[in-house]
Amino acid sequence: MQEVLNWIHTYQEMFYIVILMIFLGIEVIGRVPSVLHTPLMSGANAIHGVVIIGAIIVMGKAEPDDYLAIIPGFLAMILGAINVVGGFVVTDRMLEMFKKKKK
Amino acid sequence: MQASVLTLCYLAGSISFILGLKMLSDPLRARKGNLIAGAGMCVAIAGTIFLYESDGTTLHNYPWIFAGLAIGSFIGYGAAKKVKMTAMPEMVSLFNGMGGACAALISLTEFDRVLNDTGTATAGHLLIILLGLVIGTVSFTGSVIAWGKLNGKVSDFTFRGQHVLNLAFLFLIIVGIGYMVVTSGERVNVVVFYGILCLSILYGIQFVMPIGGADMPVVISLLNSFTGVAAACGGFLYDNKVMLTGGILVGAAGTLLTILMCKAMNRSLKNVLIGSFGGGNAKPGLQKEQGNFKEISIQDTAVVMAYASKVMIVPGYGLAVAQAQHVCHELEKMLTDRGAQVSYAIHPVAGRMPGHMNVLLAEADVNYDKLLEMERANEEFPTTDVVLILGANDVVNPAAKTDSSSPIYGMPILDVEKAKMVIVNKRSMKPGYAGIENELFFQPGTSMLFGDAKTVLQQVVSEIKNL
Repeated sequence: MQEVLNWIHTYQEMFYIVILMIFLGIEVIGRVPSVLHTPLMSGANAIHGVVIIGAIIVMGKAEPDDYLAIIPGFLAMILGAINVVGGFVVTDRMLEMFKKKKK
Repeated sequence: MQASVLTLCYLAGSISFILGLKMLSDPLRARKGNLIAGAGMCVAIAGTIFLYESDGTTLHNYPWIFAGLAIGSFIGYGAAKKVKMTAMPEMVSLFNGMGGACAALISLTEFDRVLNDTGTATAGHLLIILLGLVIGTVSFTGSVIAWGKLNGKVSDFTFRGQHVLNLAFLFLIIVGIGYMVVTSGERVNVVVFYGILCLSILYGIQFVMPIGGADMPVVISLLNSFTGVAAACGGFLYDNKVMLTGGILVGAAGTLLTILMCKAMNRSLKNVLIGSFGGGNAKPGLQKEQGNFKEISIQDTAVVMAYASKVMIVPGYGLAVAQAQHVCHELEKMLTDRGAQVSYAIHPVAGRMPGHMNVLLAEADVNYDKLLEMERANEEFPTTDVVLILGANDVVNPAAKTDSSSPIYGMPILDVEKAKMVIVNKRSMKPGYAGIENELFFQPGTSMLFGDAKTVLQQVVSEIKNL
């Protein structure tokens, strides 16, 4: 029990961020018109690609001969990059079509 | 110095994600919002690569990092540019799965590091590793199954006791996590860890398998928020604020979007996940014998449409499959030029994703103002002369209102039968994605126009030209 409390205490600012972000996420999305739901889902999909930063850290910290860390890390980098780049490009393609007919 | 610049990079990244999501809620600024979020992501990634320090040393293995980044970007860019509008939902699902797998791999390597280091970890550290592993893995396998289902590679698979088995998987996963966290003082148990991994893989598959295609948008949205949470776990692991903000933001937003989508179908999330279409309890029936339906020819359709003064088009997945959005817009323009009032009735869950129809019609330059949301469309139907249904089925099925034994009972639908005449374009009499009969097709005011939406519409357009 003490350990859990200590953990929460150590990471208290992280917990604050989590709580605030939950409310913020709900607030921001609550006003999205249904026409934009698909691009929104796709955009959100691209944003969680931020997980790639974790992959970069894993790779960068690994010893150059530690293939047990490098191979999964390398794979994670590729997958993360697909998520980020693909996500933003697909979203842009969808939104491009919305924009075109606004003229 | 380096560290404080990196902090600024992460701050910029976090702000750009929030701004980006906010701007995505406004049609005029949405594209810019996406670009801002993308730019913020670049800043955060570049900052991590060049400025990140742990225990006073910068990162190494740069060749691997840049190779991974280049390969992934190349694949992602190519896939995103090449994908057809109809296959967009699958693509998003697949990208989402990649993110989930990335999170799971991070947890895996982090666990290996713990194992090689001291063999022990604090309870909190272990919990975060395990949560990232489980959520990321479920999101990955679930998304791959969802992708397979949407493009028809995987068919629904249900068996008796499936939900019980799923609950058992989930229970075992939770017990495994609980065990590892409670025994965190001792050397970590490798067998339990990989056991949890295997169970998560199975659970992800099993979780999506019984859910019918009509509910796929809800599932993809849910898995999207899962991946967000998995990314946030990575943020905890490395005390990384940008991963945390981005992940939780998407987790919260995705969950809300999922709930909104369920609401649009008047069902609870639990109902979607447990009482899925085709799952044990509901027996989608042929209990009612098929009546007679009326067919209508292309020529008659052209005449009816040409002389109607108020036309409503109801697009569905069939329109997307046939890529008929452009010819549909042509028909709409032609009828408008002849003096008719033409609009589109958009059901919130038409197609395979929320807003699927809007995106599709936007591609064909259809004006925003012509797209009516369900409530407004339902006010218009009683005064409408002709309703043209293009490849939609379940969203116009009156069983949702009349038949309490129907699996879609309670879902709000478009009240097309209130219009003077209904023309339904379908490829055949086969039931829609929910696998149930549609009595609308047998009503006296309904005529069936069989054929591929694109071919049929092209013929109708040329007929109207000749009138």
